[in-house]
Amino acid sequence: MATFTTVGSSIAGISAAVPAVRIDNMEYELLTPSEQQLFVKTTGIRYRHVAGPGQTTGDLCYAAANKLLNKLNWRVEDVDLVIMVSQSPDYFLPATAIILQDRLGMKKSSVALDINLGCSGYVYGLTVITAMMQTGAFKKALLLAGDVSTAATNKKDKSTYPLFGDAGTATALEYNRDYKIAFDLNSDGSGQRAIYIPHGGIRHPIDATTFEEQTLEGGIVRHQRNLWLDGSEVFNFSVREAPTSIQTLMNLTGTSPDDIDYLILHQANKLMDETIRKKLKFPAEKVPYTLHDFGNTSSASIPLTIAHACRNRQALTTKWLLSGFGVGLSWGSAQLTTHQLVLPEILYI
Amino acid sequence: MDSLEIFTEKLLVELDSFPVESLKPDTNYRQLPEWSSMHVLIIIAFCETEYGITVTGEDLRGCSTLRDLHNLLLTRQ
Repeated sequence: MATFTTVGSSIAGISAAVPAVRIDNMEYELLTPSEQQLFVKTTGIRYRHVAGPGQTTGDLCYAAANKLLNKLNWRVEDVDLVIMVSQSPDYFLPATAIILQDRLGMKKSSVALDINLGCSGYVYGLTVITAMMQTGAFKKALLLAGDVSTAATNKKDKSTYPLFGDAGTATALEYNRDYKIAFDLNSDGSGQRAIYIPHGGIRHPIDATTFEEQTLEGGIVRHQRNLWLDGSEVFNFSVREAPTSIQTLMNLTGTSPDDIDYLILHQANKLMDETIRKKLKFPAEKVPYTLHDFGNTSSASIPLTIAHACRNRQALTTKWLLSGFGVGLSWGSAQLTTHQLVLPEILYI
Repeated sequence: MDSLEIFTEKLLVELDSFPVESLKPDTNYRQLPEWSSMHVLIIIAFCETEYGITVTGEDLRGCSTLRDLHNLLLTRQ
């Protein structure tokens, strides 16, 4: 457990972009009508936005970043730092952040780097970017978090295909000594196979066997370049570790659910997130969801939920608790305050 | 821990896709047409929320009736 506070950066705004193509889980033909109903009721996921051919995480984050810069009236040349969080980058190399540094028109003296994390990635991205800003060397920065997870899901895998949607987000941060963010971060690589894509890296390069489909228990079909998900193991992990991390953070800051305006959970599925909420005794109105409209969008789910569900619901000053948990296994929580956060409308591109 | 009857009553509320008359304490729920893998997660969530007891997918593979499940929870109290 790593628990600490960064000082010197505040969040000015958050934006999100999703593909215009929308899939309805009530039309997913591998489930019977009663299974479709049970799936939507249990997971909370009715619709998902899915990237079209050639549409990348970088494209979605670029659109979100451009929209946010315009809305904030920030000049791109004033942005010193861009960090991209994704596990579905545009290329194996170079880093997507560097491609976007050029595409956004950022100066060459700016710093750009990628972080390879998924569901916990937004919290980790906030940690790295605010720790770098604490040095005082960066006055304005962009944290981009997004994934095109659907590129790795098999339509014949009814345990993962209807869960995931695609999204890209941008979070604008500025140097401000008056703000601090508290973090609790954790990792457990012993759970590396609970959520993974077996082939395509150096350990198991793509070969003749990669795309051979296997039929597993329950009629689930996957190949080695698909996302493999152990649903019950991830469920147990999440409902055990996320509440502990959030409670650790509240203990550190001496706060309780009464002091927090919103608890934003990684949008995994409704059953899992509601179990976490109930364990923490957070009132339902403080824990918004976007699962119904967007599904599980991996690293994008926390900022997407803030941008979409809290857009017309925030006070002048808002106190947030954020918690991400999943692939790695990796999990982390952050507690922060924002003032007049700018949240543009979601882009559908 | 609730009695088997109360436990069954509470769990049936969560598993609302099952007709009450079809799911008794000794019914093999895996053989019911309504059974789906989604119910595994519902049972895990129920045990965690209602009793604060963690059961795993592996635990549930060893259970096929509500009585099995209730007995498992009794050993985990």
